Amino acid sequence: MAEKLLSVRGLRVEFKVRQPGAWPWVPPRTLKAVGGVSFELAAGETLGIVGESGCGKSTLARGILGLVPAAAGEIVWMGKQLAGASASTWHAVRRDMQMIFQDPLASLDPRMTVARIIGEPLKVHRPELSDAEVLARVRAMMVKVGLREDMINRYPHEFSGGQCQRIGIARALILEPRLIICDEPVSALDVSIQAQIVNLLKSLQREMGLALIFIAHDLAVVKHISDRVLVMYLGREMELAGKDTLYRTPSHPYTRALLSAIPIPDPRLERGKQVAILQGDLPSPISPPSGCVFRTRCPQAEARCADEQPAWRQLASGAHCACHYAA
Amino acid sequence: MTAKRTTLSDTLSAALDNPSVRGRSPWRDARERFFRNKAAVASLVLLALITLACVFGPMLLPHSYEDTDWDAMSLGPTLVNWHLFGTDELGRDLLVRCLIGGRISLTVGVLATLASVTLGIAWGATAGFIGGKVDTVMMRIVDMMYAVPYLLIAILMVTLLGREFYLVVLTITVFSWMDMARVVRGQTLAIKSREYIEAAHAIGVSTPAIIFRHIVPNLLGIVVIYTTVTVPGVILTESVLSFLGLGVQEPMTSWGVLIEDGTGVMESTPWILLFPALLLSLTLYSANYIGDGLRDALDPKDR
Repeated sequence: MAEKLLSVRGLRVEFKVRQPGAWPWVPPRTLKAVGGVSFELAAGETLGIVGESGCGKSTLARGILGLVPAAAGEIVWMGKQLAGASASTWHAVRRDMQMIFQDPLASLDPRMTVARIIGEPLKVHRPELSDAEVLARVRAMMVKVGLREDMINRYPHEFSGGQCQRIGIARALILEPRLIICDEPVSALDVSIQAQIVNLLKSLQREMGLALIFIAHDLAVVKHISDRVLVMYLGREMELAGKDTLYRTPSHPYTRALLSAIPIPDPRLERGKQVAILQGDLPSPISPPSGCVFRTRCPQAEARCADEQPAWRQLASGAHCACHYAA
Repeated sequence: MTAKRTTLSDTLSAALDNPSVRGRSPWRDARERFFRNKAAVASLVLLALITLACVFGPMLLPHSYEDTDWDAMSLGPTLVNWHLFGTDELGRDLLVRCLIGGRISLTVGVLATLASVTLGIAWGATAGFIGGKVDTVMMRIVDMMYAVPYLLIAILMVTLLGREFYLVVLTITVFSWMDMARVVRGQTLAIKSREYIEAAHAIGVSTPAIIFRHIVPNLLGIVVIYTTVTVPGVILTESVLSFLGLGVQEPMTSWGVLIEDGTGVMESTPWILLFPALLLSLTLYSANYIGDGLRDALDPKDR
């Protein structure tokens, strides 16, 4: 395995929420958005993170980037501890870690031209560069992500969703970072554009040696781009495995349920498919179920699951899994 | 390395010389959009004319704003002796008095509006952006300012410091920035949760830079509209202060004072009310249309 870039251990992110209509002196309750997640990421590697809406994928991404404070756990970036680090440490690290957002248009300031949007990271981290130099780099980056150079003075709303996402990618890449966290970068795009953006990310990754954390709820897209995949449910890790292991032999009942929900692009096969539909809804992260958080919807749940939180252990297949019954 | 840099800048300057690649400056675009708006351009011309007349008019006219023409008291608009707007009951030329009053009203309007808008934006954007306890404290201070009876403070200030022009501007500013602060705070709260602000945080942009580079420009639309509403309010407040003897002193005058004088005699000599009122209304309408035009021109989404 290549050089270790990022190591996250037992990361927790919590929010205080006040019940609507509660008395002001009633202490707010704690929402555990991310409840102890651990993984490692090597340079140049792609980690896919999947899970249904509200399972804490985006909060995990924001926690890693320090946009929301970590309640507990460690974030080690190239040997440097980041959890609870000072603002200046974070500032230095931000040069190497960038983010691409879900809504391409909303993540671009509507009153800035493309030149200023893409050039802003340079203005912040490389103030010694002259304006002409910044402009030259912005143009080079625009060409790299497939935008025409003469669009440089346009505003975000003049672009299509796919083009806006290309601008977002250019902004994330202009500092030549080591890691890019993509928070559902293609969910808001048409299927044909999704493929373009994913392939663009893949080729840029090869070219620049980037590591990617790719968050999505589309399992097919994640399979296409990832080396390893992390499955989350209610802020906890369910399974972390190499792409092929995970898609061919899923260990966790939740992973199996997710995979069986992927539509097959053949109507005859699709009709005959056995789908393990999950019953019920996602429980509230304010009062998660005892023991295994997935037990309320798990087809295999037994009494033990309510009492004991399953350990995060490595299976014979090499996958990590949090289930008492996984083999 | 040096060779590479040269080629880069060469390509760049070559690209900039090529007119098809050269970008349009956003300000040029805004200017073109503004000048396409007929009402806004007409208002701009009108306001410029009124301002020029107020500045230079009194120098060109044969009368002074304080001298009485004994042969022409309460005279209607006439060409006789160049009393184009007529005279008031003391025989003073109304045109000159309107223009001199305009100097005071326009100066107070511009200065007090600028000061209160600046203060309001800074206060509101800071409170909204930082949020939490800072926000609560800052907005409670705004509430307290609303509760202070401004006439009482104005009388106090004039009594202690004397009748000075800058005091009028100061008093009006101190009591007119709160509306802007509230509007800006609300808008800042809305903008703060947008994804592009989070993107700026992720890039590592510092907090003051986020406020001034990302939040304030996006407040521009609402600020421009609100400013054009503030100008009339400020001019009217000045006239209230003058009426109570806290503003400018006779024989110096302002539009507010002239309108106040005119209302008393509007049944017998209506032009004494009509002319200053007309000038004030034209100015306020122009300010509104210019504000509309500016808002449309400065919004990049509106082409």
